[in-house]
Amino acid sequence: MTVAEIDRVNIFMAVRRAERPARRAALSLALPLIVFLVVAFVAPILYLLVTAVGNPETREVLPRTLEALQNWDGASTPDEPVYAALAADLKVAKDNSTAALLGKRLNYEISGMRSRVLATARMVEKLDTGPYKEKFLALNQDWGSPETWAIIKRNGGSLTPYYMLTALDLKQAPNGSVERVQGDQAIFLDVLGRTLFVAGLVTLFTLILGYPVAYVLTIAPKAIAGIMMLMVLLPLWTSLLVRTTAWVVLLQSDGIINDVLMALHLTGERVQLIFTRVGTVIAMTHIQLPFTILPIYSVMRSIPTTQLRAARSLGAPPSSAFWRIYAPQTLPGVVAGCLMTFILSLGYYITPALVGGPRDQMVSNFISTYINRDLNWGLAAGLGVVLLVVTLAIYLLFLRLVGADKIKLG
Amino acid sequence: MWLPSYATPSERIMRTLVVAFAVSVLLFLIAPLFIIVPLSFSKDPFFTLPVREYSLRWYADFFGNARWMNAIANSAVAAVMTTILATTLGTLAALGISRPDFPARRLIMALLISPMIVPIVIVAVGSYLFFGQFGLTNTRTGLVLAHTALATPFVVITVTATLSTYETNLTRAALSLGAPPSAAFFRVTLPNILPGVISGAIFAFATSFDEVVVALFMTAAEQRTLPVQMFSGIRDQINPTIMAAATLLLALSIILFAMLALLTRRRVK
Repeated sequence: MTVAEIDRVNIFMAVRRAERPARRAALSLALPLIVFLVVAFVAPILYLLVTAVGNPETREVLPRTLEALQNWDGASTPDEPVYAALAADLKVAKDNSTAALLGKRLNYEISGMRSRVLATARMVEKLDTGPYKEKFLALNQDWGSPETWAIIKRNGGSLTPYYMLTALDLKQAPNGSVERVQGDQAIFLDVLGRTLFVAGLVTLFTLILGYPVAYVLTIAPKAIAGIMMLMVLLPLWTSLLVRTTAWVVLLQSDGIINDVLMALHLTGERVQLIFTRVGTVIAMTHIQLPFTILPIYSVMRSIPTTQLRAARSLGAPPSSAFWRIYAPQTLPGVVAGCLMTFILSLGYYITPALVGGPRDQMVSNFISTYINRDLNWGLAAGLGVVLLVVTLAIYLLFLRLVGADKIKLG
Repeated sequence: MWLPSYATPSERIMRTLVVAFAVSVLLFLIAPLFIIVPLSFSKDPFFTLPVREYSLRWYADFFGNARWMNAIANSAVAAVMTTILATTLGTLAALGISRPDFPARRLIMALLISPMIVPIVIVAVGSYLFFGQFGLTNTRTGLVLAHTALATPFVVITVTATLSTYETNLTRAALSLGAPPSAAFFRVTLPNILPGVISGAIFAFATSFDEVVVALFMTAAEQRTLPVQMFSGIRDQINPTIMAAATLLLALSIILFAMLALLTRRRVK
């Protein structure tokens, strides 16, 4: 470096130093919110990520068994010490009532394991001395299967890929290799595909319906545009649940839409709309429309009308003036609006739950089911991670193409 | 319609079609909201129009039912607490972010906005599992904490927008004339950005008052909020009392929206 360059660097550093107190002051104002969000928002999400790979059950309930399995060759039926250790672990588990927990966890990977663990725990309670191996095998000969033991041993680790793999319709064979889940067990990729498909469809419909609205908002006289804007903003302001409730009512088989269809003789009999994909997409399109319209409108408003006039005066027919001059300039708004709607549509829960049928439930609905009904937190968290990754990937795209500071509210 | 004088006849037809299309989309947007209003005043327990006879029986049902009243009270308390917390945190953060010296603005802004982006079920399940570790599920505190996280982006956005038109020299003048920083803030800055702060507060209130999914996970029967009560009702068997509840929520939204519109108009003037 030359002396001049060194001077320049030094001056730069000095300026940075001089600015530091101001930077700190600015940051310290935002710090309470940053800390709050880290504790009340980021930490719960991180906890969800940890739950998706956490594997405490086997480690906590079968510590002796896992230790005894250290010397097991992995191919043959284990020897007496392993069964003795299992008997000791299950006795403790029976006392602490943790056997059910272990059974439930192992049941995910070996079907029938829940009842097998519980029955075995009941049996060992009555046994005082060994040898245990024969009694275990007599109760259930699968206790002799090396595959069972391989899976138990594998679950001795504090982390498991099981939930993440399941969320992607994959599974780990007893020998450790990853394979695709077959048949009716493979549901989650289908659910993810359905979620992406519905979100894409809703985005497309809001664009088709919303683009002309945004355009008319820019050309209408001010007073009329004001009223139109009100009609876009008021639904946005109304609670999502109220809007969904309205659709639940409208879509009933003996509801208003069917009454109208019948009165117009468009259908001979009442159409099933509630609890269908069609109903879900209609309701979601209605709810998301303002999110697509507003960014397009704000871009359209900034396009000078003189450009279209110039194109026309230079001899462009109306259609090419629109498609070649106007439409390309609205693209940033289209991208912003569509990405926003797509991101928000991915996370829909309420509307599919109330308007959709069993085949229209999205990833969010499955997450909720696994938490509330099946109490399978790990799988709920695994599905959550998949949904989060897809959403954040599109959010990053949004940040690159549009920017967080461009998000406006009405 | 709304065309320059040089428009061709086909352009006129096209334009009329576009306007007609846009108007029907606007009707599609607004009509479903107001369908629930007449239904809530119907004497019959069906959801068909026209209404044969009007009555207030579903409202009597609603206001006479301890469960609904309890739910309203729970929602109101949670929403007020959320509003206070989110408005304070969000306004402070917006003041910091709007300063020219704020470091890593894009990154931090992306973090502060992210509660709007992350799927609500993820927030709900994460809060349910995480707050459960500290015994905060099925408590009002847990609900308010989660709702505040969801509401702060709205406050940050509205206050930042107001600050972008605020003349910072006013604060500087106050400081240079000897006002202590707190006086400069409360007597000069805050009155000037108040419309933005109140808008943010209205957004925060509405976010909490209308939120279903987090409330579904974070509350037991005791803390059940109005939207949760509605959601469970619709899931069970939709009944006209829910229409009355929905109409009241719609009325609340319109009131909040009108307040917001008045605030923005004052700001533009």
